[in-house]
Amino acid sequence: MIGLEHYLTLAAMLFVLSIAGIIVNRRNLILILMCIELMLLAVNFNFIAFSRYLGDETGQIFVFFILTVAAAEAAIGLAILVVLFRNKRSIAVQELNSLKG
Amino acid sequence: MMLHSVLFYVFALFMLGAAVGVVFSRNPVHSVMFLVLTFFQSALLWLLAEAEFLAIVLVLVYVGAVMVLFLFVVMMLDVNIEAAKRSIARYAWVGISIALLMAIELIQLIWLRNQGVASTGGFAPTPEGYSNTKALGAVLYTEHVYAFEIAAVILLLAIIAAITLTMRKRPGLKVQDIAAQVAVRAKDRVRVVKMAAEKKQ
Repeated sequence: MIGLEHYLTLAAMLFVLSIAGIIVNRRNLILILMCIELMLLAVNFNFIAFSRYLGDETGQIFVFFILTVAAAEAAIGLAILVVLFRNKRSIAVQELNSLKG
Repeated sequence: MMLHSVLFYVFALFMLGAAVGVVFSRNPVHSVMFLVLTFFQSALLWLLAEAEFLAIVLVLVYVGAVMVLFLFVVMMLDVNIEAAKRSIARYAWVGISIALLMAIELIQLIWLRNQGVASTGGFAPTPEGYSNTKALGAVLYTEHVYAFEIAAVILLLAIIAAITLTMRKRPGLKVQDIAAQVAVRAKDRVRVVKMAAEKKQ
């Protein structure tokens, strides 16, 4: 019987996988953005699992708003990425040091 | 119920495999494609959990819009793949060990130290004639209507921010100056010249 624990375990595995992705791909800004999307997906899994477990729709409403904010974040993040690439010809994180004091 | 469990494990396996593909794939375009597969499998898992509306929203919004945006940007930028390869080789063990540590902690928290919160009985079945979309709409437009409006403003902000960030003014572009066109008066355009009448020869 698939229940709360299975979904929580799956979300935990997805979350740690995206953390590993951020550490492994920490040079590439676009992959870091993708890993953040994966993290948000894992969080949404938790919300949906608890919403179904408790029989309360508020968790699913929260997922709806997380999706909205994540879409806005992806759009602005990618716009910043495009501007960055236009100015520096690179999206490597270690080259973003022009604000260094 | 047996079929339900089998489908859950199959979709979960595909989703985690696709997530591994996102993280460890060499080519960023392949990463985006794996991310699309991950979102699709999680939409199927949400369908299994009877969160139908959000599953469809995930497919429409994420696979349909956000991932296409990612794909556009990845293909537009000329990313150096060689540098990324070196990075993966050097830091893979750090990432994997941190991930394993966190996974062990989280899983023992969920399964062993849950203090009796979770039950093994699975989710309660929804009542007959229950519509997920209808239930969500009933709560969304009444209790959470302010949050809904704020979400709309956030989306508008995202549109404006993305456009103003990426719009560039190219020098030498021939464009109309609407304000100058509207503000023009007849005396700016027509010059009345006084001169003596000419006689025909």
